[in-house]
Amino acid sequence: MNLTLKVWRQAGPESEGGIHTYQVDGVSEDMSFLEMLDILNEQLNEQGEEPVAFDHDCREGICGSCSLMIDGYAHGPEVTTTCQLHMRSFSDGQTITIEPWRAEAFPVVKDLVVDRGAFDRIIQAGGYISANTGSAPEANSVPAQRDKAMRAFNVATCIGCGACVAACPNGSASLFLGAKITHLGELPQGQPERNQRVLGMTAQHDEEGFGGCTNIGECTAACPKGIPLDVISQLNKDYRTALRAKS
Amino acid sequence: MATTTRSPAKAKAAQAKKAKSPRTTILLKLTMAVSGLIFIGYVLAHMYGNLKAFAGPESFNGYAEHLRELGEPLLPHEGFLWIARAVLLLSLVVHVASAIVLWRRAGKARPVKYVVTKNRNSSFSSHWMRWGGITILLFLIWHLLNFSFGKVNVKTGETGSAAGDPYTVMVQSFEVWWLTAIYLVAMVALALHLHHGTWSAAQTLGLTGTAKARRTAKAAGGVLAVVVAGGFALIPLSVLLGIIEK
Ligand code: HEM
Ligand code: SF4
Ligand code: FES
Repeated sequence: MNLTLKVWRQAGPESEGGIHTYQVDGVSEDMSFLEMLDILNEQLNEQGEEPVAFDHDCREGICGSCSLMIDGYAHGPEVTTTCQLHMRSFSDGQTITIEPWRAEAFPVVKDLVVDRGAFDRIIQAGGYISANTGSAPEANSVPAQRDKAMRAFNVATCIGCGACVAACPNGSASLFLGAKITHLGELPQGQPERNQRVLGMTAQHDEEGFGGCTNIGECTAACPKGIPLDVISQLNKDYRTALRAKS
Repeated sequence: MATTTRSPAKAKAAQAKKAKSPRTTILLKLTMAVSGLIFIGYVLAHMYGNLKAFAGPESFNGYAEHLRELGEPLLPHEGFLWIARAVLLLSLVVHVASAIVLWRRAGKARPVKYVVTKNRNSSFSSHWMRWGGITILLFLIWHLLNFSFGKVNVKTGETGSAAGDPYTVMVQSFEVWWLTAIYLVAMVALALHLHHGTWSAAQTLGLTGTAKARRTAKAAGGVLAVVVAGGFALIPLSVLLGIIEK
């Protein structure tokens, strides 16, 4: 396949960026999207140009490093991570526009790489449980209800990629936040800090500059892990409960 | 989780970013949901009252009069009406103010726009809440000037009590084509607003914790949109078709 790529290039956080056009020929449709970008970078290297910076790590859909807005879709036209997207989803001769995640809270570091540290700080504001150190407790000593455990497991699959933010017209991180709140809130271990967790994480979410949710649902449609919208309902409910408990 | 480390100095500064404001996005959305539900109750009652037009002038005018006597002697004459007006006005201020704050926030949350964006799976109505809300607000102001405070009979040009009884004003107004057009456009905006707003409010209030509850809330939005906007629109359409006449 021969492709025309329109790629966002930006030298650094403070530099002016812009779209650059590149031609990549001889792409196999069995390549992943990132392998296609590797080819582009080899080309650029040979020409003595700076390669395009993009985030990736596991390349097997589990770490959440890869990002990219591909032709207007977070992680591209299929619902998966960019590393798991294959070139057979595109056609020969196609022009593909590649941009970084766009959000005030995700500043561009370089080219297509953005700083998702805001997610870390949201986690630090309550997305954990406190446990005593020492030997691990007996696994079965705390009974967990099966359906709750299943729900917790399902939403715990969130890999923190940020596609929900990238896809949201309001730049909200509510799906991510809801996934974390639901994950810990459904388990017995998450109960003691449940109220302070939702208050702390929501406040940090807003402080980071993410927008408010209007329940449009573009987040869940883009989420590579299929986190459902009901986690946002859970987030809102827990928030209300916590507010009432506080007053 | 996927993160890119900043330079240490920047990381420190970001760490120090501690949340302070209690006026969170969720709190603002909660006030929008509650005020929105008050509006839904109101438009349902209002539409029911309007449909009395089909029962003739006595019934319609009697209804308007009845509203003024509601709650007597417990409340003074028009007491109920004034309480309702106060609640609605307060709701409107809160609803619109929150909408503006959240709208500005959303704008700031994405300062650099995408060159290409596509929607995957979201309703038209969900993208029209803000402009549709403004349409409703403008209509509301016009509507109150027209039928309540101003009480203008657009057809005869008379105002105040000379404009005629409520039934006369209504029928003669809808004999004016552009007034009917404004009204119908507003009903489209209302239908869109109710379609997304009903489900959105349920979600904001934390009532849609399962896929089934979510489907129910979305269906309720569809039903309310059709029933309310359709119910309101029946009156001008009936005047147009001569089903309701002077
Ligand atoms: C009869 C009048 C109205 C009704 C029945 C109504 C109802 C609602 C409801 C139920 C919601 C959902 C709240 C939530 O998401 O939790 C909503 C949201 C909203 N309303 Fe209204 N509203 C009305 C008038 C207005 C007006 C005058 C504006 C003016 C600017 C407005 C702007 C908005 C906006 C921007 C949203 C947020 C959209 C979203 O969350 O998706 N609304 N409305
Ligand atoms: S909720 Fe989905 S889209 Fe959002 S960060 Fe988690 S995995 Fe990525
Ligand atoms: S590189 Fe790890 S999920 Fe894509």
